[in-house]
Parts: sequence; C-alpha cells; structure tokens
Amino acid sequence: MNIHEYQAKKLLKGFGAPISEGVPILSLADIDAAIEALPGPVYVVKSQIHAGGRGKGRFTELGSDAKGGVRVSFSADEARANAQEMFGKTLVTAQTGPAGKQVNRLYLEDGAQIDRELYLSILVDRETSKVSFVASTEGGMDIETVAHDTPEKIHTIGIDPLGGISDADCATLNAAFELSGMAADDGKKLFPILYKAFVETDMSLLEINPLVVLEDGHLRVLDAKVSFDGNAGFRHADIAELRDETEEDAKEIEASKYDLAYIALDGEIGCMVNGAGLAMATMDIIKLYGATPANFLDVGGGATTEKVTAAFKIITSDPQVKGILVNIFGGIMRCDVIADGVVQAVKDVGLKVPLVVRLEGTKVEEGKAIINNSGLDVIAADDLDDAAQKIVKAVKG
Amino acid sequence: MSIMINKNTRILVQGLTGKTGTFHTEQALGYHGTQMVGGIHPKKGGTTWATSAESGLGIELPIFATVKEGADATNADASVVYVPPAGAAAAIIEAIDAQIPLIICITEGVPVLDMVEVKARLADSGSRLVGPNCPGILTPNECKIGIMPGSIFKQGSVGVVSRSGTLTYEAVFQTTTAGLGQTTAVGIGGDPVKGTEFIDVLDMFLDDDETKSIIMIGEIGGSAEEEAAEWLMEQAKLGRKKPMAGFIAGRTAPPGRTMGHAGAVISGGKGGADDKIAAMEKAGIVVSPSPAKLGETLLQAIG
Repeated sequence: MNIHEYQAKKLLKGFGAPISEGVPILSLADIDAAIEALPGPVYVVKSQIHAGGRGKGRFTELGSDAKGGVRVSFSADEARANAQEMFGKTLVTAQTGPAGKQVNRLYLEDGAQIDRELYLSILVDRETSKVSFVASTEGGMDIETVAHDTPEKIHTIGIDPLGGISDADCATLNAAFELSGMAADDGKKLFPILYKAFVETDMSLLEINPLVVLEDGHLRVLDAKVSFDGNAGFRHADIAELRDETEEDAKEIEASKYDLAYIALDGEIGCMVNGAGLAMATMDIIKLYGATPANFLDVGGGATTEKVTAAFKIITSDPQVKGILVNIFGGIMRCDVIADGVVQAVKDVGLKVPLVVRLEGTKVEEGKAIINNSGLDVIAADDLDDAAQKIVKAVKG
Repeated sequence: MSIMINKNTRILVQGLTGKTGTFHTEQALGYHGTQMVGGIHPKKGGTTWATSAESGLGIELPIFATVKEGADATNADASVVYVPPAGAAAAIIEAIDAQIPLIICITEGVPVLDMVEVKARLADSGSRLVGPNCPGILTPNECKIGIMPGSIFKQGSVGVVSRSGTLTYEAVFQTTTAGLGQTTAVGIGGDPVKGTEFIDVLDMFLDDDETKSIIMIGEIGGSAEEEAAEWLMEQAKLGRKKPMAGFIAGRTAPPGRTMGHAGAVISGGKGGADDKIAAMEKAGIVVSPSPAKLGETLLQAIG
C-alpha cells in the first residue's frame, strides 16, 4: 500500500525525523488557511499523487509553458495562484502513464535553503535477506539513472536483523553521504529514527529523494515516498486509514474487499486463475497466441463460491472484456468450488461473451460435471494450450 | 532416490487443528501412508486429533503443546507449518529452536520483516526452511508434505523446482503425461525472503542419481534465476550437469505491480522476464515460451 508524501512526512515526524513545516490542502477552501499557517516568504506547492516525477510532470489542462507539479513560490500571492491553478487538474509524469492522475490533494510546505541534495532509501534486500540502506551523494536525480551511469556512487548497507542499526552503520552511512560536523551529528540521530520507522510500521520501501543538507548545516527530509508491506496490514489498523482509494482502480478496490489479487490491464480477455504463477503464465500464453489479457486475477487457494462469484462479476464489469478464460489447476483450490462459483455468477450477471473453462487437479471430475450439467454455454478445454487457443479464437475469430 | 523427503520422513503438523491443516493432513495420510506423526497446539497438548469420518482413514494423532515435546515424543525429522500469517514466523522459529531438520511453511501472507528475522535465525541453525507461501514437497509414492495434489504425480526421473505452486502442478502433470515421472517436486514459494532458493534445490537434484533431468520454473522479481543460472554454469565446468527445461512467468506483467506473489514485482528496471530467460538460456536451460509445453520442452532438452 502506498501513501502520499504529506502522510509519510507526518508519520516520520512522529518518529522524530526533521521535516519542514507543511500543511495539506484537501479542498480549494483550505488554501488560504494553509498559507496563513506557514511563515513564508518562500512556499513550495506540491501535487500529492501516488507517482514520482511530479516536478517534471505537466498538467493536461494547462498550456505546455505552464509549470510542473511541484512549484516554488516566492510570495503568499504566488503560492495561492499556483495552488488554485494546480488543484483538480490532471498531472502526467513519467510514472503515471499518458492518462495522468487527477491532483485532488496538494501539500504546501515552507521553503528550505538547500546546500546539498542526497539520496537515501531503505528496503528489504532480497539477495541478503536484510533491511538495507541505499545511500548516494547524487540526490534529487533519478536513482536508476545514477545506478546505471555511476554505480560506484551508490552504497548499500545491510543492517543485522537481530542486532538492529549500530553506531558503525551510522558512521558508514555518514561516510557514504560525505557528511561531517553538524550534519554528521544529525545523521547519527536520523538513521536510527528512519530504521525504527521502517521496521515498526512494516514498510516495504522508504525513499527520501532528496535528503538535504541545509545552508545552516543541518539535515532535513525534503521528500518522502513510503510503501507498506500489505501482508503486515493486520497489525497496523492506523496505517490502513491512510489509504487513498481515489488513487486506485475501482475494480481493484472491489477485488480487495474479497481478498482477491486483481490487477487491471488493458487487453480484451478476462482471466480467472488460481495461483499467482499460473495467473501470470495464463496472461503470457494469451499474448503468445496473439491476444492481450484484460487483467491478472488470482482467486487464491482458499476461494469460496462467494469469492469466485465476486471475481467473475469484477471481470465482466470491465467493458473491454470480449471473452473470459477460467484456468484452474486445483491443489488447495477444489475444481468443484470454482465450478459452483462460475455457474452461480453466470446465473446472477448473465454471460454476454465467450467463456472457456479449463479445470485440472483436485476434484476435477466433480467440477467438470457441475459445468456440464449447468446448461450454460461454456467452451470446455482439455489443457492450458487448448484453453488459450480456444479463447483467442472465440474473441479474434 | 529422491531429495529432502522419502517414505521414512516423520512429520509434525503446526496448525493441524485448523481447517486447512486438517484437510491437508488427511490428504497426506491418504497419500501412500505419508508418516504424519503428530500435531502441535499450545493449548491442546495431551489431546488427540482424529481424521474425519468421510476421509475413511480412521487415524488418530497425538497433539503436543510444543514442537520440542512433539519432536522428543515422535522422533520427527520434519515439520509442516499451516499456522496463519500473524503466528507463522513464531511457529517457524519454534521449530528451529527445537532443532527440526526440515521445516516447510505453506502459509501465504507472512510479513516480510518477520521473514528477515527468521532468515537470520536460520543462518546458525541446523534447520532448513522451505517456503513460506509454497505448496510444499512431494516425493511420488512415498511422502507428501503440503498441498500438492498427489493424483498427478508418477514415480520417475524428473526433479521439479518452482517459485509457483500451480505451475509446479503444470510441470508435474506434463512430465507425468510425457511418461517421465518425477523424483521429487519442490515448491520454494513466491515470497521475496524465503528459506530455500533455487540453487539449494538444484544442488540436491544434481547430486541425486535418480534425477536424470530438471524443470526449473521462475517468475518475475528479484534475481534468483540469474544467480542460479550463473551457479549452474560454474557447476557445468566441474562436470555437474543435467538436461534442464525452464519457464519464467510474467513476461506480460506491467512493471511496478506486485503480481499476486509478494516477490513477483519488476522494480527499478530489475527482475523482468527477459533478463531471466536470457540468463537461463546462457546456462544451457531450454526455456519454454509456453507454460503448456514444459513436458515437451524437457523431452527436447533430454534429446
């Protein structure tokens, strides 16, 4: 789960990290109060969307000479004008895709006098199975470009999971950032704060780009991007409240209510599969035979008839779907449960497009019997290859 | 021969008394008499678990309060974990502390930071963990640990290792249909931090005389397939080599999205299918473009 920058900063501030003063703007009516609350005279107006590259982004509704999604303003009037212009507009960045994202929230922040920009992130390093800091002196830039062009400028420091972050780790980080004096003293305090925030709230990514050294010699967290481990949601009810559903696809939100792993794509064949690997492979084989998948959907191992029915309804609610492929290899998942769910869903919502069903594994004979005895117009398939070819043929002709 | 488990493996079940644990323990007991020897429940120690009437098995198993107690009483050398996500890591750590040699965690949805701690505790232990978020291990006609459907297996010569449960079944089903059968199938699981990686299992398959060929199924995310390919090339130079077929799921997955498995995500331009396929092909693995042609592709690799 992702959260907005202003939410991430509030959370980090709660752990004691140095953050600029700032006020979120959730409606046009909030703008004046936000400006009043900050000292000025320099303000930064920042678009709050779940995508990076905001500064270089462009608003669809504004002219090509209009400024981007993050604007430094040198007076209260300028800040007000910028906020009014940006609010509610559609921001297109390198990460949003061409459709862009509507800016429904802004963050107004006190300006900072910056001396140097650094890059810091914390993540779980899959190769070492440790929480690791990634540190670079090349802040404010796209870190993938830095990693590609100058890999020697990226330092990765793994933290001992049982011992936690040590003084030596902090010294290594200070050296990686080339910090000394007051900034190094700040670093010794900041790095453990960030590690604690990461671990205690079950983050999967904390990215601060940039972390800055101010002209007065102190460190400050100038941007913050935070994602949480969805699997740890059960122990963080407070964090679940930070979710902004307007940032997500409506079908994905509906699917999450039923604990279905669903991802909307832009193709024409809806898929319902059990198991993440088989669900990906089903998308791949549809592509291999010349069509494109409309979604990724793993109904999971413990699916009930109700869950399967919900999944089927979500797939058929997508107007782009021209055909449906149900591909089940029962292990935990029993084919009869899937078959019951499919039959129930078709009875509830009707079937306006071709449906190919391939069943294999646990209780396969029972499942096939349910489909065959349902009287529904279902195309049965023998194996995955057969299923993929049949659905592509039914859709493409 | 087989790897990791065989007809002599004695298994405890952590989370036996729940619905999932009960169903799959009955399935295991019904699979060539897999030796399930007891269950663990902190509050139900001293009681007995019985198979359901409809299973027709009529088997009772003792329940122990702790893994240590269960291991001492039954001489178990493996444990399977069906405990829900919130308690799964603690269950694994309890099994490590009880010095169980082989721990298999089926549970999906274990927080990744819990697994970071588990990994650190495994490092200096005598235990091997397989999973979490995996379908388990099965040696045909001998032993079934986890949730794989036994009916699709056939005793034979192929070693199967996979990050995906259902694609493991595809590989098994297709090698059965191709007449090859399997020595052992190992699902290593779809999480980013897990107990056993491809290399660990490939090493065992290369050592196992009965295993004549191998199917390796990866997916997007991380770099375990590339590392395995690199390792296989080094082993080949030492004369350790077997015919291999492979598959990578997620060629059509969009970057930045987690595809069901917590570990299946292309991030920062890394973990894409193309790099993995290229690395595997360089190591001499015949990579199938279709998940429906795993058996066929392996026959081609065997030549």
